Amino acid sequence: MIDAIGWLTRLSRRISMALRRGRFDADLEEEMRLHRELRARLQVERGASPEEALYAAERRFGNQLVLREESRDMWGWNWLETFLQDIRYGLRTLAKSPGFALVALLTLALGIGANAAIFRLVDAVRLRTLPVKDPQSLAIVHLKTDMWVSGNFNGSYPELTYPLWQQVRRRQKAFSSIAVWSSDQTNLATGGEMDIAHDIWVSGDFFNVLGVQPFLGRLISTSDDQPGCAGGVDLSYAFWQRRYGGDASAIGKTLTLDGHPFPILGVTPPGFYGVSVGDRFDLAVPVCADAIVYGEYSRITSADARHAWWLAMIGRLNPGWSLERATAQLAAISPGAMQETIPPQYDADHVKHYLAYKLEALPAANGFSRLRQSTSTSLWLLLGLSGLVLLIACANLANLMLARASTRGPEIALRLALGASRGRLIRQLLSESALLAVAGAACGGVLAAVLSQSLVALISTPNSSVFLDMSTDWRVVGFVAGMAILTTLLFGLAPALRSGKVPTGSVLKTAGRGMTSGRERFRLQRILVAAQVALSLVLLSGALLFARSLFNLMTRPLGFQQDGLLVANVAFERLDLPEARRNPFIDELLDRIRAVPGVAAAAASNRSPVNGNSSNNSILTENDISGGQPWEERIGPGYFQAIEIPFLAGRDFNRNDSADSPKVAIVNQVFVSKFLSRSKNAVGQQFRLDAPPGMPKPYYSVVGVVGNSVYNDVHEPFVPVMYLPSTQDAHPLIYATLLIRSQVNTASLANDVKNAIAGVNPQVDVQFVVLRTQIHDSLVQDELMATLCGFFGGLAVLLAAIGLYGVISYTVAQRTNEIGIRMALGAQRSGIVGLILGEVSMLIGIGIAIGAGLALGGGRTATSLLYGLKANDSLTLALAVVLLAAVGLAAIFVPARRASRLDPMAALRYE
Amino acid sequence: MHRNEIPPGTLYLLILKALARSGELHGFEIAHWIEQVSEEVLQVEEGSLYPALQRMLIKGWVKAKWGVTAGNRRARYYRLTPLGRKQLEVEVSEFNRVVGAIARAIQTA
Repeated sequence: MIDAIGWLTRLSRRISMALRRGRFDADLEEEMRLHRELRARLQVERGASPEEALYAAERRFGNQLVLREESRDMWGWNWLETFLQDIRYGLRTLAKSPGFALVALLTLALGIGANAAIFRLVDAVRLRTLPVKDPQSLAIVHLKTDMWVSGNFNGSYPELTYPLWQQVRRRQKAFSSIAVWSSDQTNLATGGEMDIAHDIWVSGDFFNVLGVQPFLGRLISTSDDQPGCAGGVDLSYAFWQRRYGGDASAIGKTLTLDGHPFPILGVTPPGFYGVSVGDRFDLAVPVCADAIVYGEYSRITSADARHAWWLAMIGRLNPGWSLERATAQLAAISPGAMQETIPPQYDADHVKHYLAYKLEALPAANGFSRLRQSTSTSLWLLLGLSGLVLLIACANLANLMLARASTRGPEIALRLALGASRGRLIRQLLSESALLAVAGAACGGVLAAVLSQSLVALISTPNSSVFLDMSTDWRVVGFVAGMAILTTLLFGLAPALRSGKVPTGSVLKTAGRGMTSGRERFRLQRILVAAQVALSLVLLSGALLFARSLFNLMTRPLGFQQDGLLVANVAFERLDLPEARRNPFIDELLDRIRAVPGVAAAAASNRSPVNGNSSNNSILTENDISGGQPWEERIGPGYFQAIEIPFLAGRDFNRNDSADSPKVAIVNQVFVSKFLSRSKNAVGQQFRLDAPPGMPKPYYSVVGVVGNSVYNDVHEPFVPVMYLPSTQDAHPLIYATLLIRSQVNTASLANDVKNAIAGVNPQVDVQFVVLRTQIHDSLVQDELMATLCGFFGGLAVLLAAIGLYGVISYTVAQRTNEIGIRMALGAQRSGIVGLILGEVSMLIGIGIAIGAGLALGGGRTATSLLYGLKANDSLTLALAVVLLAAVGLAAIFVPARRASRLDPMAALRYE
Repeated sequence: MHRNEIPPGTLYLLILKALARSGELHGFEIAHWIEQVSEEVLQVEEGSLYPALQRMLIKGWVKAKWGVTAGNRRARYYRLTPLGRKQLEVEVSEFNRVVGAIARAIQTA
């Protein structure tokens, strides 16, 4: 400790002295002059002549320059001086070849920029901790199970039901405070087009657990979250700014959520975006208000509460409690908590599974993230690929530096001969690379900030907007700095070491004529070029894979006609229609819409195609064999006509299919082949919907068969689907999705439809979705991969081509003499071209062979991200090989031609 | 007269001692003092005096300040710091230990 202080004060003395080092020399000089003169005077007093005395004094001092340097060295400024010298030297040599400097800078800026941009995403999605108090002591309570039993799942992280949360809250001992939350969407408008806001349901202790303080007003607390509460909302800072212009008088005003007014209680601080990385919220509402907003469907008060999974839990661990200890305690309370909350819908088998559910504690410092799970593979893959691009760029630069170093061979040899130390020379050559790397990293860092924002924009869609806190943090800065050091070493070290090893004599001798020392040096350059070709092939085949995958997705048959289809989600909760009047109301809406000019067909469904809302149901096939779980959709008459799914057999639903008539179903082809008997006609066969013991298991007759279509996800193969008539629903819904077929342009059609609906009742809420956009939005990640990999692949091929061109040009230039001799001895021009082509083909060939191996091996990581082709797709690889070979040969065409056009006489005289 | 160079390692000790005795001295005065008190047996090499003074400045044993000599010349005067005073004690006891040991060694029959 004392030593450290001493070291620090000594360092401060050195630094303060270093700042005045101009005066240091003058001071020392003056001090020594005085010393000499006093010494001389002393000699004179003892009888010497003044000249003799001065001379003797000078002699005693010895070499004054050396002495001054020794005194200076004591202060340890040497490194500083030589460092500054190196920098000046580097700047001078770079300024002498601005073309090289520019190319190098650009290459590095692109390479480092691409890496840093991807890293910023990785950082924001994976590494950043939540901006709350002491995030390390937070834990997520997660439900662990090998097999999920059925339930209604809502929100981004459906881990718990409300009754289960009550049990855990009462029984747990691991956390000092614990809370649940859930994400949702709510409609702020009161009639007409919906105004959707993202809200989070939070239990009373939510903000307390996180240690978030109100920016304005007050935040929801335990007193707000009591059964039967009146409710209230907290606004996020961004929402408050957006909607209320940051006006403090917003507090106390009323906000309407799905038609229910709530008072505004407060505003959360600006840096708080919730606990889910990649999302942000507009409003926070106490969990108890679910009873108000969802009424008869409430996930708290309805009979189905034990079946509704929607809450995620987060808690602050007791001081001294580890995650393991918390997990152990949670596991101990799990059976009791499950026992108390068995959903009545479950049969004995389900109950057995349910009772085996275990709670566990997971670290929560980085928050929840759906985005993290969905983009994890692609982000790491992208980081790896951008790393490869940087490697190629470094190989290119190393080659350029090698070429430069060899032309500087004589200069370096001369300096070595004059007594420069090799270490010092290597340091000097490295400093040039370091300058380039630092400048490149600085440009790359700026580039990355812009690039990463556009990346986020690329993966964001209006329906699922991605929000990431992308502010620069120490990890990003460290990453860029690390990149600068790494690249310096990668492209600067080999050339610098090589130059330091120059055998002085031979280079000085060969500086004149007939470069023969090149062979050895070329080997390294060749290896670098072959490596570039290999890595480029990996990137290029990756790019082609993702491009083909995206193409497959965009051109796959959907089974329905997405163009000219407008989807309108309508909700009429506020009309308070009794169940019997709900379906007729939808029919009335549809009649009005069909009357709109240009509308060819319109029908209702309980879900929008390809949007993530999905439900499946267990069925029993003939002989009551458990048939499995087909997906289900509840539709009105005319649905298949509107969405244009082809009818293969049987009939559509009609008005005779009522609640009192026998239950009917229409199924798709996959359903037929999976669940129905092959020996009989599909139409007319029956199956039963499974139900818990004691409940009726109704029979359904298949009345029609339709073509397969994408049910939920464009990435999925066709799944078995059963369509059930909404007219036979026991409990008709208070919302519907209307599918409207028309060739009229979307905007004016939407306006007409909105007016038609308002004509029936202005209290109906409407939200429009363009199906083509929605499908396109579900492909953002594929598009991201295809775009970025295409960019990386293109960049890699370009860099490899430059590398090939550079090395071949250089070889041709170095071998001008040899070529001249060959031509003088009668070699044909075609022979010269053949000579060079042969050499390059070998380089490219070796590179491609290695690259193909790497691409096949590395491709496996991409398998899960590809659609409709394997990662080791041979056609793609072949395509990449052909493309790369073509570009490579094109790159060397110019130097090869130049070589064949040499005038033998000129070539022989060439030096 | 026969002159000896200062034994290695003892230059710091002598400089510290010179400053402890006389308060403020410039470079030549330090060298001169050492030569005088040792009756010209010890010779201070200028080549080692100035680098040694720099090192002592870094270590914080001495402080330097520009002043004017009796002959009205500008000179850099060195003075002991409290740290230097402590160091002198350390160096003296170290020196005595070593000299004592050497004396014992050569007196052994």
